[in-house]
Amino acid sequence: MGERFESVADVTERLRAVDYLADDDIASVAYLADRLEKPVLVEGPAGVGKTELAKAIAAATGSRLIRLQCYEGLDEAKALYEWNYKKQLLRIQADREHETSWESVESDIFSEQFLLTRPLLEAIRAEDPVVLLIDEVDRVEIETEALLLEVLSDFQVSIPELGTIVGKQRPIVLLTSNNTRELSEALKRRCLFLHVDYPDVEREKEIVRVRVPGIDEELAEQVARVVRSVRTLDLKKAPSISETIDWARTLIYLGRSEISPEVIGETLHVLLKYQSDIAKARKELVEK
Amino acid sequence: MLDVLQGFVHELRSAGLPVSMTENLDAMTAMEHVDLRAREVVRSVLAATLVKQRRHRPAFDTVFDVYFSLFSPAAEDRAALDLPDELFGTAGGDVQGGGAGGDLTREELAEMLLRALQSMDLDELRRLAGMAVSQFAGMEPGRPVGGTYYLYRTLRQLDLDDLSARLIEQARARGEIPDDPLPGRLAREEQEARLRELRRLVEEEIRRRLVADRGVEAMARTLRKPLPEDIDFMHASRDEMLALQRAIQPLTRLLAARLAQRRRRRHRGSLDFRRTVRASMNYGGVPVEPKFRRPHPAKPEIMVVADISGSVASFARFTLQFVHAMASQFSRVRSFVFIDGIDEVTRFFEDTDDISEAVHRVNTEADVVWVDGHSDYGHAFSVFHERHEREVTQKTSVIFLGDARNNYHASQNWVLQSLQKRARHVYWLNPEPRGYWDTGDSIISEYGRYCDGVFECRNLRQLERFVSTIADA
Repeated sequence: MGERFESVADVTERLRAVDYLADDDIASVAYLADRLEKPVLVEGPAGVGKTELAKAIAAATGSRLIRLQCYEGLDEAKALYEWNYKKQLLRIQADREHETSWESVESDIFSEQFLLTRPLLEAIRAEDPVVLLIDEVDRVEIETEALLLEVLSDFQVSIPELGTIVGKQRPIVLLTSNNTRELSEALKRRCLFLHVDYPDVEREKEIVRVRVPGIDEELAEQVARVVRSVRTLDLKKAPSISETIDWARTLIYLGRSEISPEVIGETLHVLLKYQSDIAKARKELVEK
Repeated sequence: MLDVLQGFVHELRSAGLPVSMTENLDAMTAMEHVDLRAREVVRSVLAATLVKQRRHRPAFDTVFDVYFSLFSPAAEDRAALDLPDELFGTAGGDVQGGGAGGDLTREELAEMLLRALQSMDLDELRRLAGMAVSQFAGMEPGRPVGGTYYLYRTLRQLDLDDLSARLIEQARARGEIPDDPLPGRLAREEQEARLRELRRLVEEEIRRRLVADRGVEAMARTLRKPLPEDIDFMHASRDEMLALQRAIQPLTRLLAARLAQRRRRRHRGSLDFRRTVRASMNYGGVPVEPKFRRPHPAKPEIMVVADISGSVASFARFTLQFVHAMASQFSRVRSFVFIDGIDEVTRFFEDTDDISEAVHRVNTEADVVWVDGHSDYGHAFSVFHERHEREVTQKTSVIFLGDARNNYHASQNWVLQSLQKRARHVYWLNPEPRGYWDTGDSIISEYGRYCDGVFECRNLRQLERFVSTIADA
């Protein structure tokens, strides 16, 4: 059982200390993840701070963050471990002059120094406290998902040539998903589930104030309200939290202390990335 | 606690949420680690362990509110179970007595509400919401009406539109809203958010009193709403229509991604010689890693022929919307709609990105009435045959949508027979429950004889399953 956090309130406070504002759901799940030693599946639209959460938890608990970025075609060799084939070849070729027995060569080339550890194995073997982030897990194929499942439930790996490696400690594990496909029931069953959505005005305002030094409350409030307004439009891609922060920073750099339609008009491209979205927002907010 | 939790899980299951054994155990273990006095934390913790689908969360919240509300279990049981009062929500002060606030006029109450909304004082708002419910809802113990009825009565008396207008007016009078459109818009949105909060509080209050009156079990039953994917197309209320509308987009996206992945994985494509040789350089010329070309599998072509007469209009609308949202999975999607005449509507969907606009144009502009505007499948089909038969090829799947209620006209089912010979597949989707088929003027089996499959398709779940099979075939 993990003891990294004392209580839910403790989570909120310590995440806050590393500039991450957690709401009730987020703090409770982070606390549970530690206590129950279960992986957390974090779902939500792009840019609401899913990856950021893992970084914040690592920072707050003084752990090392190990990140496995998923993509289509990710396999065992890239996620778990791989033998360094080229180095093994070199080793064999270097040995050609001396008459060494095959047994000694074999035991030699299948040893630690020829092993390439990938993020999962690294997390299992870690001696120090670790947060494992498996990013965009919805991109991998079903087979790789099954591999993840196996590793996450036992937290051990067997490598035929080296034997079974058992984790010394249980890291906090976060899996993020943009929900481009439905994940398997089995995976969901084993994870705690957390849906992160765009924050309400109050929380977004606080986030802006924490992340953008030098912004006053008035402007932060205006920023949050305009962003809420933009999100109600029917857009291809609604502005993410990081885009909100970027926008607030832009306003500060430009020395604007108040938001007017003109200011929005000239900085809208920081908030929105599709031409059609920009045109739509401009029509609704600036020209009306 | 365990008993309460088991009852809660049981209720979730009857509401249609899948809760597995493991999840149930997790929830129990989790409860050992949290302070039961923090109600919102308990809610989050239970949600994290029991609900693994975002769209199930609203249903979860309702059940939670009912189950862990002021009146369940009774106070004496609670003490016996050693459960803290805080878990069951805060009492609304004096609002419990039905008479409280009874002396206030509507006008006075509105005035107080305005002030509370102005300062966004949540406790005060909750108290006022309680008063409003006592005064306006006219709740009578034991009366078998749903919560929505009381909600409607309360909100009508409160007149939210009027409140919102007055809020804005007051703010303007204080100079908080300049006349510019932008700040005006932002202020308006803020007021709307506050009024939504008020509405939520009123709803919560009504629910709480209903639980007090009828007990948890009965209450949970009346609140049970179908999940979006289980809503029946033919009998959806307006709110349910909206829920369906919202559910379609993510559903099609998920399905498209899944199909694309499945199709790509099925065969690997031919050997890419150049890349294989290049990769072999890494291993001293041994082709350890063969490389393959990306496969480009052929996609099926779809023709949808939909009955859009009154009785099945909403079904046709959702299906067209669904199929067109999936257009990237097919090499071509063409749609035809009919009542007793038939018209091609593909152009409406191709002109625009906005599918709801296209559906609107289908309903208003398509030329589908031939004689009297009552379904005549036979005539519509023979016209379809005459105009488009040649365009149906070995690659085409033809999908008919409708209840096959033909108003006793001639069936002309030879059209389907001839189409079945030309096309790759002919399917029929019927939005009626299977038990109603072939009753009255329904002649589904006359058409079904020449189809490769006739499917019951009453909700999104069945529709999704069907689309996934044809995209694969």
